[in-house]
Amino acid sequence: MNEIGEARLAEPAKINLAEEFAQSGVGPVLKQLDDELIGLAPVKQRIREIAALLLVDRVRSKFGLAAQAPTLHMSFTGNPGTGKTTVAARMAEILHRLGYIRRGHLVAVTRDDLVGQYIGHTAPKTKEVLKKAMGGVLFIDEAYYLYRQENERDYGQESIEILLQVMENHRDDLVVILAGYAEKMERFFHSNPGFRSRVAHHIDFPDYTDGDLFAIAGKMLGSLNYKLSDGAQEALAEYIPLRRTQPLFANARSIRNALDRARLRQANRLFATQDTELTLDALTTIEAEDIRQSRVFQPKENCG
Amino acid sequence: MRITQGCFSFLPDLTDDQILTQIQYCLDNGWAVNLEFTDDPHPRNTFWEMWGLPMFDLHDAKGVLMELHACRKVYGDHYIRLSAFDSSHGWESVRISFIVNRPKNEDGFRLERTEAHGRMQRYTTRAYATDRPEGKRYT
Repeated sequence: MNEIGEARLAEPAKINLAEEFAQSGVGPVLKQLDDELIGLAPVKQRIREIAALLLVDRVRSKFGLAAQAPTLHMSFTGNPGTGKTTVAARMAEILHRLGYIRRGHLVAVTRDDLVGQYIGHTAPKTKEVLKKAMGGVLFIDEAYYLYRQENERDYGQESIEILLQVMENHRDDLVVILAGYAEKMERFFHSNPGFRSRVAHHIDFPDYTDGDLFAIAGKMLGSLNYKLSDGAQEALAEYIPLRRTQPLFANARSIRNALDRARLRQANRLFATQDTELTLDALTTIEAEDIRQSRVFQPKENCG
Repeated sequence: MRITQGCFSFLPDLTDDQILTQIQYCLDNGWAVNLEFTDDPHPRNTFWEMWGLPMFDLHDAKGVLMELHACRKVYGDHYIRLSAFDSSHGWESVRISFIVNRPKNEDGFRLERTEAHGRMQRYTTRAYATDRPEGKRYT
């Protein structure tokens, strides 16, 4: 090792990476991410990589080595209901724990919040949102709506230019996460090459498997103090693949809606059998019939 | 003559880092931060022009600093002041106000004496800057 290297290393002779990791408080957040979010292996992998990079950078800066803050703007692509918004909220917390952003709040916006209605309205509106997001994460849902190809005088373009400028100049002040469906985002990036080059991480959210969705359903019901009877579990396991073949399938969101309807039917069923006194068990259990009444189980011809 | 209005005005001008810390203090207290500018430094001129709207719902001082830089770009030769408004019940007023930008040359004030009835003297202070029309006072 040369002299300069030794001089640099002289001050904190050794740094224990595990200790640093424990101190940063990222461990529990990553674990929570693992526990609470089912599936999404590539997403978790990428988040772990980012966390590792930031941690190593922090250690490097303790040794006096150059540690330039990496660009962390991200794009989340994936089908509806694959957990993009949920992960974005977690991302804010993780980046905050790692000391990459100062406040760790999430500002979720769509086109409405960024683009104005008349000339000169867009810039102040976009800047307002950016100001609010400073020190945190700006999550732009359905980002491709910002750019309307068919209308070249659309104000979205103005908003995009301001966003690009801030993404470049205030890289260490805020992280921008763009989210949307894969093909539409692809087209959006294609027509706005500036965005593509400023977004360092393109994370693709895969569809959930049937097993994942079943587990997610369990989690959702658990948090609402419901449980499935054995028959209902079977029904749900049959329901998921059937629902997937139907149009407008939105992964976890479809499952949530299905469960909401099952709860509705359960309430209805309890109401219809008013004669007996309700037990706690009856109140919390969703039976097979609550699920099997679903439109998904009807024969095809009845299904409009 | 150096204008001394608001907090910190007897100290050397605050650096951006120091301003940032002050803003963060305001935001942490839940106050809305405002930027105002003027080229009439008379102490009785209390209503300055506002730069944009009061900034509500901010979490981080960098957002305000961004606006300050934008304001300086346009009104770099004016006085710019930053004030923070506390909307909580019982206060409902400005809690802190300090100058964050001043013209390069501050001319100061002329003292005018007017003879009134009897041999009474009336005094007026008038900023030299206000001899010139608005917008051209410190260029």
